[in-house]
Amino acid sequence: MITINNLSFNYGKRKPVFHHLNLKLSAGNVYGLLGKNGAGKSSLLRNMAGLLFPSEGTCTVNGYNAQERLPSFLQEMYFLPEEFYTPPVKIKDFVKTYSPFYPNFSLKQFLEYLEEFQISENEKFTELSLGQKKKALIGFGLATNTKVLIMDEPTNGLDIPSKSQFRKIIASVATDERIIVISTHQVRDLDSLIDPIIILDGSEVLLHATTEEISEKLSFKTVSVVTDHEKVLYSEHSIRGFSVVMPNSGHENNKVDLELLFNAALTNRQAIKDIFQ
Amino acid sequence: MEFRDNQAIYLQIAEYICERILLKQWKIGDKIASVRELAVQLEVNPNTVVRTYEFLHQKEIIFTKRGMGFFVSDEAEDKVLAFRKDEFLGNELPVFFKNVHLLGLDFDFIKEKYEAFKTANF
Repeated sequence: MITINNLSFNYGKRKPVFHHLNLKLSAGNVYGLLGKNGAGKSSLLRNMAGLLFPSEGTCTVNGYNAQERLPSFLQEMYFLPEEFYTPPVKIKDFVKTYSPFYPNFSLKQFLEYLEEFQISENEKFTELSLGQKKKALIGFGLATNTKVLIMDEPTNGLDIPSKSQFRKIIASVATDERIIVISTHQVRDLDSLIDPIIILDGSEVLLHATTEEISEKLSFKTVSVVTDHEKVLYSEHSIRGFSVVMPNSGHENNKVDLELLFNAALTNRQAIKDIFQ
Repeated sequence: MEFRDNQAIYLQIAEYICERILLKQWKIGDKIASVRELAVQLEVNPNTVVRTYEFLHQKEIIFTKRGMGFFVSDEAEDKVLAFRKDEFLGNELPVFFKNVHLLGLDFDFIKEKYEAFKTANF
């Protein structure tokens, strides 16, 4: 369980990134964190990982105050940042150095992931492309078997087959004991995987709901003409007419379109908040 | 698996399983893929597959043996047919009727076409 209680955060004296933010994340889920550039996704993830400290409020992860960074907290937490550093060594030497910090690390699992991503443990990080480095770190992070796994934009820089492998691997490691949090702009890469959805905007949590709740409350469809203007939360031109988001008045069971949801939430903040209260 | 935009993913997975059953690829009494196996294969959230299995369980298309997983039930085919009929009458037929109306088609003409289609395909 990750409990974020009344968290405020700001860089220096500038405008706060978060103001009295509350959020509860529970095990057994793959959370998808969405938000515009600069909405604070990475700052929130870094607060959870104990890399940034709140100016007010707390972030508690499985009973540990993240900011105390106790070893027993850190050995159950893996954080893959969007921009990362890799030392100029062979992958197997990297693993030798870093895996002892994680008591549940499995070398067997790690080698399976590397094989799936077609990377050899004898390769040096300096000889790998950005995407390959990222895949090596994703493999390492998943093999640590930590209770909390946080990934900032993990599919950025991955080629097409790797994205599919990434989805398969996440589906295989998403267990009832684990919390996985993934921030992303590439919602189409991950839309069948992330659930619940969290949208950050304007220094607060604008939406936090499971796809089940979202499809119960909202309807996503394509229509030739927009009628019921007062009900439409968001609409955009598409090849077949208009893609619209409306309150789900009947018992429609649409697939949640995350891009439309995101645009609807940002353009019609209050209506979305009221619907999901 | 390529998911369509017009239906919740858990229902599309249910349809996928129903098709396996109607095509007899998954037979009565067979153990079906575990939640995790199917989630990995289809690259979806395991919780979505859990929802699909709960749905199929409630429709009595699959049943569970404690600690052993899910199995295709004895009446699976009848139940699948009933479920698919409901789906067709509820979702697809109204679209069909709308087109018949818009295009001003005559039902005798449609019937003729239908008979020809049946002879050609079945």
